[in-house]
Amino acid sequence: MSRLDSRTLVLMLLRFAPLILFALLCLAFGALSDRFLSLANFRNILTQSTHVAVMAIGMTFVLLVRGVDLSVGSVMYLVAVVMGLYLSDVSLFVSIPAIMVIGAAFGAINAALITGLRIAPFIVTLATLFIGRGLALYLSETKMVFQSDTVQALGRASFFGVPWAIWIAIVVAAVAWITLTQTPYGRQIYAVGADPDSAGKAGIRVQAITFSVFCICSVCAAIGALISASQVGAASATFGYQEEFPVIAAAVLGGTSLFGGRGGVFGSIFGAVLVQTTSNGLVMLNANPYLYPLVNSVIIFIAAWVDGRRRLMTERIEQRKIRIEA
Amino acid sequence: MSELLLKISGLNKSFFGVQVLRDVGFELTSGAVLGLVGENGSGKSTTMNILGGVLTRDSGRVELAGVDVAPSNSRDALALGIAFIHQELSLFPNLSVEENIFLDHFPRRMHGLPFIDRRALREQAKKALDLIDLQVAPATPVMRLPQGERQLVEIAKALTRQARLIIFDEPTTSLTARETERLFEIIGRLRAQGIAIIYISHILGDVLRLCDDIVVLRDGRVVGEGPRADFTIERLVTLMVGRSIDRLFPEREPAPGTNSAALSVRKVSQPGVVKDVSFDLRLGEMLGVSGLMGSGRSELARILFGLDPYSEGEIRVGEHTLSPLSPREAMDKGLAFLTEDRRGEGLMMEASIANNIVLPSLVERSSGFMHWLKPAALGQAARDVAERVRVNAKAIDRTAVRTLSGGNQQKVVIAKWLLRAPTIFILDEPTRGIDVGAKYEVYKIINQMVAGGAAILFISSEIEELIGMADRIMVMGRGEVRGFFERTNFDREAIMKAALWD
Repeated sequence: MSRLDSRTLVLMLLRFAPLILFALLCLAFGALSDRFLSLANFRNILTQSTHVAVMAIGMTFVLLVRGVDLSVGSVMYLVAVVMGLYLSDVSLFVSIPAIMVIGAAFGAINAALITGLRIAPFIVTLATLFIGRGLALYLSETKMVFQSDTVQALGRASFFGVPWAIWIAIVVAAVAWITLTQTPYGRQIYAVGADPDSAGKAGIRVQAITFSVFCICSVCAAIGALISASQVGAASATFGYQEEFPVIAAAVLGGTSLFGGRGGVFGSIFGAVLVQTTSNGLVMLNANPYLYPLVNSVIIFIAAWVDGRRRLMTERIEQRKIRIEA
Repeated sequence: MSELLLKISGLNKSFFGVQVLRDVGFELTSGAVLGLVGENGSGKSTTMNILGGVLTRDSGRVELAGVDVAPSNSRDALALGIAFIHQELSLFPNLSVEENIFLDHFPRRMHGLPFIDRRALREQAKKALDLIDLQVAPATPVMRLPQGERQLVEIAKALTRQARLIIFDEPTTSLTARETERLFEIIGRLRAQGIAIIYISHILGDVLRLCDDIVVLRDGRVVGEGPRADFTIERLVTLMVGRSIDRLFPEREPAPGTNSAALSVRKVSQPGVVKDVSFDLRLGEMLGVSGLMGSGRSELARILFGLDPYSEGEIRVGEHTLSPLSPREAMDKGLAFLTEDRRGEGLMMEASIANNIVLPSLVERSSGFMHWLKPAALGQAARDVAERVRVNAKAIDRTAVRTLSGGNQQKVVIAKWLLRAPTIFILDEPTRGIDVGAKYEVYKIINQMVAGGAAILFISSEIEELIGMADRIMVMGRGEVRGFFERTNFDREAIMKAALWD
């Protein structure tokens, strides 16, 4: 019995590992830089992490069914280019639904290849990563694409003292949370992730659910593009480049498993804040910019390692017993 | 209360030309428990899978309360009121008890809107759990429940779907004695409510205690049918085993046998898996291992080959004590292991026959400390050994293993281990799923190995096969050794009893 208890303890520890990491990072950065531990800086971190948070929420849906979407950074760039080139004259009430439709369509292509042709999500989205960026580069002729004044105004404006970016993230989080926890569809996503075969036997439409989560992920990437483009004001050729890494890292740091069936909205938001805190802290310390990818990769490694350990431990606990010791 | 609920008649089913059900028929009244017994492969599962909508029948009738039914998937079957509780439960450990129960029919907040009514969910789940006397909070994740309670959750799930007939397939294999008692009590209660139950089990004592009527299947036929009072354990075993042994096994001279043990296992235990397993295996000897599914025989094999850990005991190969063991070390000491899952573990399906055969021998058959491969020599070695086991394929270096028949695939697995010339060969279900002709050839290959002085551990769920082949048989049950039988006093019924009785 004591063995079981120590396992549960380790599981708890692994569960709170990202939180511990966050506390340690804050302490370290706070000790090394006097500007880090300030309200203004935390507000900054929150605002800067919104687009990653929104995209990580979308990624959570995909990860929950054991999928992965590498194309989110390209969707981000494609949407920003389309928005700057073709939607600069229309109001936000037209352009926002329009970019969500573009996102959904892009996701539908991913989903069709994955569920229809049964190609692994990793390969499909790796291909569409290049297709999306290639298409956007073709449209922009690799030039910088500036956003309209209305979009840029959105990036600067606040509502009740809270930046619009955060309001948007709150709305996305609320919708995603309700979907995942309060609808049959959401609970069935978890079932599919836990065991696709059993889910099929239990009468759940596994293919339809898989299809839909990739659409949701790309729509979230489009919203992320809106937030980021409104903050930056323009999209250069590297806009959203390699953005899939912080997004996936945020989701996994937040406790969403790469093996499916476990995770949630709030964890992913926390993960996004954690990722952003690291970059922000490094900036505050005037660290060598070439160090950033190294530090980020260490964090991704920790996230993946924690996830792997946790899975191994739960599997051991779950293992079928032949003998039941009295 | 006791009107006729289920009537099955003239059920036939064949897979790829092999008839697995012949004219199966029986009846069941509501509020009754029917026990279904038979050896592995006797057609129990096939019959129940037809009833539960997993398989379709070739011919025959299934009448439920006087209406012809033909469920084409498990959802259909459930809608008809037939719930099938499989041996491997289909619960999602990451979801809560209530969510598992209502996964495909959540109560909604408002009709037409996709929002779960959490309060109604909790109340209805509580009601369902009360029916079976399960005192857990409906919001508990299933992950936290022990096996026995998970089984009860499955029953609650069936009850919320208004099941009229519940099929239990080997429900007690992973339950403790107390959990089993509780399950039986619940089954008694379900019966009192007028629900019909089909209970499949290898544990004949339970079947005799629990069931009103018993049906015995053998080779896809009903060979015994009647009220419980007509049966005893002895009679059930005789009915299940029935036939005399065919001349299906090649003759083998009993090897003179050295007295030195090639493999000796002393009190090997691993919590939850095996306990106090001890035996000796001599060179030139074939030791059969018998036992039901889940008796720990395959798990023991995995421990011996170093795939799984063991906490206590000693495993010696010849003069060497192996501890801790790894598959690499086991192979170096002359062990080879043919797994029960040919497709999953044993073969690379897309690779050629030759590549599969040489895989475990690559390092030994390479040259220099850089281990350069010698393709010509490897190819020749593969051809030689493929010829020895008679793999039927024109070009073994170009034919993908995927395209071979089951029997030929099995020969490829054997060939790849033969190339290493193992002294101790663990065979786990080497003839599962291959036809009679191929079986005979596999037996011949195994006999050749024994004649060549190898020690064989032959694991099989077919008792006949062990009686026909082995020098000695070790019977396992619940992870323990139940007894040994010498060739001179092999007795099917005695072996079966040893495996069945707790």
